[in-house]
Amino acid sequence: MKANRFWSWAFLALGVLYFALPLIGTFEFSMKMRRGVYSLDAYWAVLADPRFQATFTYSVMMALATIVVGVLLVVPTAYWVRLKLPGWRPYLEFVTLLPLVIPPIVIVFGYIRLYNTSSWLPLTGTALGTNILLMFGYVVLSLPYMYRAVDTGLRAIDVRTLTEAAESLGAGWLTIMWRVILPNVLVAVLSGAFLTFAIVIGEFVLAALLNRPAFGPYLQLIGANRAYEPAALAVIAFAITWGCMALIQVVSRFAPRAPTQPH
Amino acid sequence: MSDQFLSIRQVRKAFGPTVVVQEFNLDVKQGEFVSFLGPSGCGKTTMLRIVAGFEEPSVGQVFIGGKDVTRLKPNQRNIGMVFQAYALFPNMTVAGNIGFGLKVAGKPAAEIRSRVAEMLELIKLPDFGNRYPYQLSGGQQQRVALARAMAPRPQVLLLDEPLSALDAKVRVSLREEIRTIQKELGITTVFVTHDQEEALSMSDRIVVMYDGRAEQVGTPFEIYNRPATRFVAGFVGTLNVIEGTIADPAAGVVTIAGGEISVGNRVAGRKAGEALSLALRPEAIALGRREGRDGLVTGTIREVSFLGSVIRVRVDMGGALVSLDTFNSPASPPPVAGERAEISFSSSDMLILDR
Ligand SMILES: Nc1ncnc2c1ncn2[C@@H]1O[C@H](COP(=O)(O)OP(=O)(O)OP(=O)(O)O)[C@@H](O)[C@H]1O
Ligand SMILES: [Mg+2]
Repeated sequence: MKANRFWSWAFLALGVLYFALPLIGTFEFSMKMRRGVYSLDAYWAVLADPRFQATFTYSVMMALATIVVGVLLVVPTAYWVRLKLPGWRPYLEFVTLLPLVIPPIVIVFGYIRLYNTSSWLPLTGTALGTNILLMFGYVVLSLPYMYRAVDTGLRAIDVRTLTEAAESLGAGWLTIMWRVILPNVLVAVLSGAFLTFAIVIGEFVLAALLNRPAFGPYLQLIGANRAYEPAALAVIAFAITWGCMALIQVVSRFAPRAPTQPH
Repeated sequence: MSDQFLSIRQVRKAFGPTVVVQEFNLDVKQGEFVSFLGPSGCGKTTMLRIVAGFEEPSVGQVFIGGKDVTRLKPNQRNIGMVFQAYALFPNMTVAGNIGFGLKVAGKPAAEIRSRVAEMLELIKLPDFGNRYPYQLSGGQQQRVALARAMAPRPQVLLLDEPLSALDAKVRVSLREEIRTIQKELGITTVFVTHDQEEALSMSDRIVVMYDGRAEQVGTPFEIYNRPATRFVAGFVGTLNVIEGTIADPAAGVVTIAGGEISVGNRVAGRKAGEALSLALRPEAIALGRREGRDGLVTGTIREVSFLGSVIRVRVDMGGALVSLDTFNSPASPPPVAGERAEISFSSSDMLILDR
């Protein structure tokens, strides 16, 4: 019994070290820009860099657009499949998992082939077109997380009966979506949104190959040319991701509570 | 069809090859309370959902207030529906739930507020407006669901086993409450249940359903005392079925378990020697001879069970077991199993089951 305890703790400690040591090392290194003392100079340098501000703003905007389009695509689809086409759920689940299996580089080469300037829909010809293409790429990348989050949210409520109750009270499709379904899966949607945000902020391959001024390629550029700033950026990126995770925890406190259901 | 408010005409519904409802006809008057009663899977919910518009009939029509609504969507029918699973919107307060239908209809806020307050009074939860569904008991949730369904003044109220998820005490009190509210508002109501006591105690009329058909439509009194078919007789209440043979159709004499009884002119025109099923409610049979009872048979007591105010006795009559109820009186000793006993009944209480 005692030995058992000891080994559990030992493995836990090992796990913590494995994850924490590189972070601590990076953080420590990021503060060594000024010789001899710890300082936040590297952070100031990064934050003051106009390219940081520009790329970060660009990526935040892309993340927001991705979230809006992703929600508009996934919530009605998942709702409809649950309500009317339950037999299709396994197929939909399979399709939403594909982005985890197909490498982003394959996706982006596919895009470039399909939408290049000599194609039927020359999206890559303009900056706006490429932005739209990139955003749809992000929607695809975040699909597995968004779909799963929303589907879990829908499972927690009795979609069919709530829909029928609203219909019998005279509500149309849009009212049902907006006033009944969405508010009840809002927390699930938000956790999907924060995951999407974290993914988009750190994404490199799609943005680099479509040649858009996003945060990911900037990280890479700085990493290749500077010593202390990349460490600071890595810490900032981690902080953003963790912030998103923390927000997921916070919003889930505010989930509408399901009432007692009859057995 | 002047005062027929809700009319169901020749409705048939099939899911693929399985026919779930067939040859269903019903007229419900304005303000009437009609129950669909039947065993599980007989098509009650399906028929109700056809009236609500959630299912489209394969054949037939539904009229509400003289208007053909067969092809209308549920949100265009102006119906109120109460579900077994309450189905309150978890994200809205009680007041938000009750006001939902009015809000959807675009009513002004002041009107919604006063109607919600009125409905909260009606369901006796005046101070519950700001609560959320998860803060309510099952019975309270179902009352809110009832108020929500009625707030927009629907033409027809549809309830699908609204009480079956509640415990026995709440069920009985809510049953009475629903009936009171329904009478007060005079709303035409269809109530689905598989609980005969519920149907008998609440309804103006009952539709007994079996295998997708309406076996009998009638008042609770008619359904209980004059069941039209063997199924209805057996499903509603306890029933003793005794097989007999017609001895003399003209005189109305039937042989049962070695004895002879007279059933008056009710077998007139049939052939002598024809087999026949007779039925008697336990409360129509007495132990021992009684004044004015013309049926008398002898048998052996097989089983005696004490049910509180009554004692149920099972008597073997030449192979057929018959249940009867006698009042429990502390002064007289209860019947004993194994004894011979005479039982008596009025032949006019006897039901003749044709099909
Ligand atoms: N969507 C459907 N597809 C196929 N069959 C169905 C469908 N809905 C109902 N049925 C079948 O129709 C029959 C009647 O169902 P229904 O729900 O109307 O019964 P019910 O009388 O309400 O029973 P219960 O008392 O158990 O609620 C059942 O055999 C059921 O399996
Ligand atoms: Mg049912």
